[in-house]
Amino acid sequence: MATAPDATRAARRDNLYARARIIQQIRAFFIVRAYLEVETPHRIPCNAPEEYIEQIPSADAFLQTSPELCMKRLLAAGYPKLFQLCRCWRNAERGTRHLPEFTLLEWYARSNNYLDLMHTCEELLCHLVPTGTLTWQGCTISIQPPFERITLAQAFSRFAPTSLEAALAADCFEEIYTEHVEPGLGTAAPVFIYDYPSSMAALARTRADAPHLAERFELYIGGMELANAFTELTDAHEQRERFNAALETMQAPNPQHLMPEAFLAELEHMPPSAGIALGVDRLVMLLTDTAEIDAVVAFTPEEL
Amino acid sequence: MYSSSDLKKGLKIMIDGEPHVIEGFDFTKPGKGQALYKCKLRNMITGSLFDRTYRSGENFEPAPLEERDMQYLYKDEAGYVFMDAKTFEQVILPEQTLGNDYYFLTDNMEVKVLMFGDQGIGITLPNFVNLTVTHADPWVKGDTAAGNNKPATVESGYNLQVPSFVEEGTLIQIDTRTGEYVTRVKE
Repeated sequence: MATAPDATRAARRDNLYARARIIQQIRAFFIVRAYLEVETPHRIPCNAPEEYIEQIPSADAFLQTSPELCMKRLLAAGYPKLFQLCRCWRNAERGTRHLPEFTLLEWYARSNNYLDLMHTCEELLCHLVPTGTLTWQGCTISIQPPFERITLAQAFSRFAPTSLEAALAADCFEEIYTEHVEPGLGTAAPVFIYDYPSSMAALARTRADAPHLAERFELYIGGMELANAFTELTDAHEQRERFNAALETMQAPNPQHLMPEAFLAELEHMPPSAGIALGVDRLVMLLTDTAEIDAVVAFTPEEL
Repeated sequence: MYSSSDLKKGLKIMIDGEPHVIEGFDFTKPGKGQALYKCKLRNMITGSLFDRTYRSGENFEPAPLEERDMQYLYKDEAGYVFMDAKTFEQVILPEQTLGNDYYFLTDNMEVKVLMFGDQGIGITLPNFVNLTVTHADPWVKGDTAAGNNKPATVESGYNLQVPSFVEEGTLIQIDTRTGEYVTRVKE
């Protein structure tokens, strides 16, 4: 006798319809603003070496952990505004807000910096939440520009029992950040966290007036990290040094991570730009008042 | 040996020489940062519950646990005494280890005893047990409406809801996993 379809998928019907609608609204938003939608290969010879991101092999290549390198090569080739909605893979990332295969929205714009991207984020969220308010897991969140902007150090002093410096010195940044800081971010309105230490932004430009800080921000809504953005580093020499440093500190199992040579060769030609990655699954969670990422995808890896 | 990425709900691992079960689990990873494995752990000997967060690359010994078929004999000051019917080996489980399971133990009942070395740390009851109702309000004649429940007490002192037609002296079946009434048993 044939097995009846799992009721799990029927229960997700509303979320999957909402997901499709949200993705169409994202496309419409960028197309109207003259961004070119592109598709770059999911399988690539290697990803950008980043200490805590583990790529998944696929025959003689790897699945992309982000479309970042190919997107930047398109910027270098003269495309001024790009966006992509695509699948990305990061090994062993599985939790209530993580899937090892997930959907990213990335967009890049020539002559933008990270502050310009904050503005685009505000416009995108307002486009997706025309009522100006969303309710997520009991929080009523006002989506009205401009969103609050606080530095990472301020976020620690506001929410954590120790300072950012003390947490970094004690090697417990992640523990304190996830326990104390993250849950408080963006619970009443979205918030941009910026001024990350340059050590936490391997592909970002550092601030000219404060080289120990990177031009990077993250967007938080409802205590959930939604997007990560940079003013892109365009100095190929420095990028190679940072990749080398990442390769040296990478933990096993991450054998033979290659240097993305083609990307580094073309980086010299990339104009000043900014780019951002936004987690589409989490965005759908927020817009459908859903607590777990499993409920906004058709299938989780465990259900296959 | 398990590593951090093997951690999940239900896994039993050794911590400080004692077996622990992961009762709650979540994976978190702040952007560009290290992965964290957040566990709600229960010490399987003391029952204490606590939170602990691990990073990638940590190793864990699986808890060496074994389930053995045993028979319940009797209770004395030391606790509940079980016997392996093949080896006649006896194991005593203290009252606090058994928790509420003792309500459903009957003489000579076959259970599975969870062993950590030679220490019994828990039991798995049969899914259904039969117990006699020792106290229940009398049945009001004419009350035949389905779904009308009333409180009752069985011989072990356990309280539960039963249908209105169940009276004192009735043998009933109880689901030990939910603690709920299942049916009347014909003797």
